[in-house]
Amino acid sequence: MVNIEKEKNEDVHFIRVEGDVDAGSSIHLDNAFKEVLEVGESRIAVDLTRLVYISSAGLGVFVSYLDEFELKKIKLVLFGIQETVRQVFDILGLEKLIAIAENEEEAIKKLNE
Amino acid sequence: MSKSIVIVCSKDELTKIRQFVADELDRNKIPDLEAHKLVLAVDEVCANLIIHANNCDPVNKIELDLDFKPKQIVFTFRDKGVGFDINKYDSPSMDELVSSRRQGGLGLLLVKRIMDKIEFSTEKNYNICRLVKTIA
Repeated sequence: MVNIEKEKNEDVHFIRVEGDVDAGSSIHLDNAFKEVLEVGESRIAVDLTRLVYISSAGLGVFVSYLDEFELKKIKLVLFGIQETVRQVFDILGLEKLIAIAENEEEAIKKLNE
Repeated sequence: MSKSIVIVCSKDELTKIRQFVADELDRNKIPDLEAHKLVLAVDEVCANLIIHANNCDPVNKIELDLDFKPKQIVFTFRDKGVGFDINKYDSPSMDELVSSRRQGGLGLLLVKRIMDKIEFSTEKNYNICRLVKTIA
């Protein structure tokens, strides 16, 4: 089960993800990104502090938007990734493709760079 | 020691299979970080079997057997869907995935990087996929 909350704060659009993102629930993460794109947001911070588990289906959602984000000059930062989940990003080398911050403060800093 | 579980081919069953594997790894004192990766690899293979080999048909079943040997854990999957040998699948590169905007393709790459050995065979109408992880 996954719970996704969205909020806007100081021109940053936050997507806060809680629970498990797997082949069954990744659609909800995808929908959150679709909605953000429709609104035309240019700075997105994804809060993964309460993300317990993510499989390739969820990671694939992030990867599938990178090209479009680059084209539209949309900045994306993920933050608060737990160690167990972080090692999965490392296995795939995703930190080379996606900006990752330790916490919310650092994420906002990165979006302002 | 060996433990088994049978699930039907529905994505809703993934939570159940992850919990089963996590519990068994915990019972066998596999450290959290390592256990998380092994649960992920099992989840990826199951998702693949459910979606691609069995077309999410809940009439079909997958049997998973966990065998804890002294220096190895062996995960054996049996199903009757469309057979697919992971070893013969060329995972796309990350660049290809990004430019194609595809969401699939990362799962089997994860399985290959997490497990030490992957075997595929067919026996009496069953596809058998065996994942082997060496433990310290």
